[in-house]
Amino acid sequence: MNPMQIKIEEANKQGKVGLIPFLPAGFPNREQFWKELAELDAAGASVIEIGMPFSDPVADGPVVEKASLKCLEDGINLEWILTELKKRKGQFKAALLLMGYLNPVYQYGLDTFAADCEAAGVSGLIIADMPHEESQFVKDALTPHGISLVPLVGLNTTRERMKLYAQGAQGFCYFVSVLGTTGQRESLPARIKEKLAEAKEVFDIPIALGFGIKHPDQLKEFEGLMDAAVFGSALITHIQSGKSSDSFMEPWK
Amino acid sequence: MKKGYFGDFGGQFIPELLMPPLIELEEAMESILPTEEFQTRFTNMLKENVGRPSAITYCPNLSKDLGLDLWLKREDLNHSGAHKINNTLGQGLLAKMMGKDVLLAETGAGMHGVATTVAAAMLDMKAVIYMGATDIVRQAPNVNRMRLMGAEIVSVESGTKTLKDAINEALRRWLSDQENTHYCFGTAAGPHPFPTLVRQFQQIISKEARQQFMDRNEGALPDVVVACVGGGSNAIGMFHNFIPDTSVKLVGVEAAGTGEPGCDSSAPLDHGTDGILHGTLSKLLQTEDGQIMPSHSVAPGLDYPGVGPEHAHLHATGRGTYVTINDSQAINAFKVLSRREGIIPALESSHAVAYAIENRDALKGKSVLVCLSGRGDKDLGILDQIL
Ligand SMILES: Cc1ncc(COP(=O)(O)O)c(C=O)c1O
Repeated sequence: MNPMQIKIEEANKQGKVGLIPFLPAGFPNREQFWKELAELDAAGASVIEIGMPFSDPVADGPVVEKASLKCLEDGINLEWILTELKKRKGQFKAALLLMGYLNPVYQYGLDTFAADCEAAGVSGLIIADMPHEESQFVKDALTPHGISLVPLVGLNTTRERMKLYAQGAQGFCYFVSVLGTTGQRESLPARIKEKLAEAKEVFDIPIALGFGIKHPDQLKEFEGLMDAAVFGSALITHIQSGKSSDSFMEPWK
Repeated sequence: MKKGYFGDFGGQFIPELLMPPLIELEEAMESILPTEEFQTRFTNMLKENVGRPSAITYCPNLSKDLGLDLWLKREDLNHSGAHKINNTLGQGLLAKMMGKDVLLAETGAGMHGVATTVAAAMLDMKAVIYMGATDIVRQAPNVNRMRLMGAEIVSVESGTKTLKDAINEALRRWLSDQENTHYCFGTAAGPHPFPTLVRQFQQIISKEARQQFMDRNEGALPDVVVACVGGGSNAIGMFHNFIPDTSVKLVGVEAAGTGEPGCDSSAPLDHGTDGILHGTLSKLLQTEDGQIMPSHSVAPGLDYPGVGPEHAHLHATGRGTYVTINDSQAINAFKVLSRREGIIPALESSHAVAYAIENRDALKGKSVLVCLSGRGDKDLGILDQIL
């Protein structure tokens, strides 16, 4: 079983939702990034999602975009991420997931990328700009290295398309809570519940809810319909205001 | 060949949340475009509102100067001043028949924004136009036109503040507004089905031009057909019906920017490598790490680091020849065509005209048919600063 699934299910067994914090690699700077990861790990993250910065992140809202572009300016690239992760392999209790856009991965070379991910202890990958139709060649490269491509579905994904994503999917399914980009929102659309229920039926791996989540109170109404929560913009904003990852994780514990 | 691909290029590299509207669009293309209702209404609009067929013009003075036969396909005579209107009326009508009431678009030079706004007004829809902050300054006359005709204009402040970033922001908007909104993409790039859909609406350029040229030349075809390439819509429209005519050389002209070594260009076919941007696998200006590089051209409509996938395919197979023209060569052509023929071309189209001027020796005695994709009124401000 993929480590991401194991970790989320461990949390669920303790009666908690799996926690999936997101930070762009190298945010807020190269050194502090590793300190933040260690704090998130110690605070009980199930999966840590590390953003691979891209110049044209179409699915990202302003907070994530700005943070990622700053990392790009600081010279963060895939080589840095994978080399630094390799040095720290085995140090994290949480499973590791890389999230980004296809072009940087494509330029790195898919097979090399998959091998380097394995060597760095990465167990999953999200490519924001790659729907099912284009995913086969990426899966072909990842599978031999035990890395799962995490499916993304949303409010407008039909049951038929969910089934396409569910075939052979491992790790967890990322359910996007809004029709829109990443970012904090005060309220989540009402339709989420019925679509989440549908996803729960179609996928036999955990379901993580993401986009727009900033506080555990928001999740109460989705109890039983989801197994994990992803939060990025809220965490980034928290760190930007000089506070620690640890204090962000406090209400989630 | 895989659906939505031209050889190795094309595809649908886009977030899953945008797949439902793309699939809806593809289905509408198949069910609505062939209907008599669509075809009749579209043909009537092109005739009554756009002024099609657009003229083909022989340039006697420049032909003499250059020692070749120079012909222009006059998309600049279209209502709203460029080829863009063919596509926006097509997509606008399609969207209307799909039950949508908002046309969302990005624009670089503003021509596509103006054309989308015209389509929206004609079809009683709302236009929302994303435009880079730099381009808003560079193409002020078009911004004023759009405002007058009722468009909501969103200034894009991120990244390079040009076309590439306007596309990013428009895609983000489409993510959240997809029920009643059609993304009226402005060029033959982007995810499938846009490259095919836009070509379908623009191929009328070569359909008319081919016949008009033969009518004026005792059935002969031109030796060379030339068009500028930003995303590639006017060029693919100009090339499409000549592709089977293997005697006709198809030349796409990319923008070299200032042309100085190390400067930014807008020439992904000449200087780029395979990569993925805005939903399509094509040629791109990018770093080794796969980050998109800024582009540059004096012509805002060419200022884009990517290119439509069908051009990447024509380039790879050798059916198309792609060359570059720099800013000063384009500005020279802008002045020469204005002075010698009384036609002020768009700075984008000036790149295509410049090809004939710069290559006059190699083209001696040949017939050269250039797509004059748009008129240059919008560029007088830029030229004021330069001249
Ligand atoms: C007059 C004119 N020509 C050409 C272009 C480039 O677009 P494309 O390459 O899609 O034809 C533009 C784009 O704005 C334009 O305004």
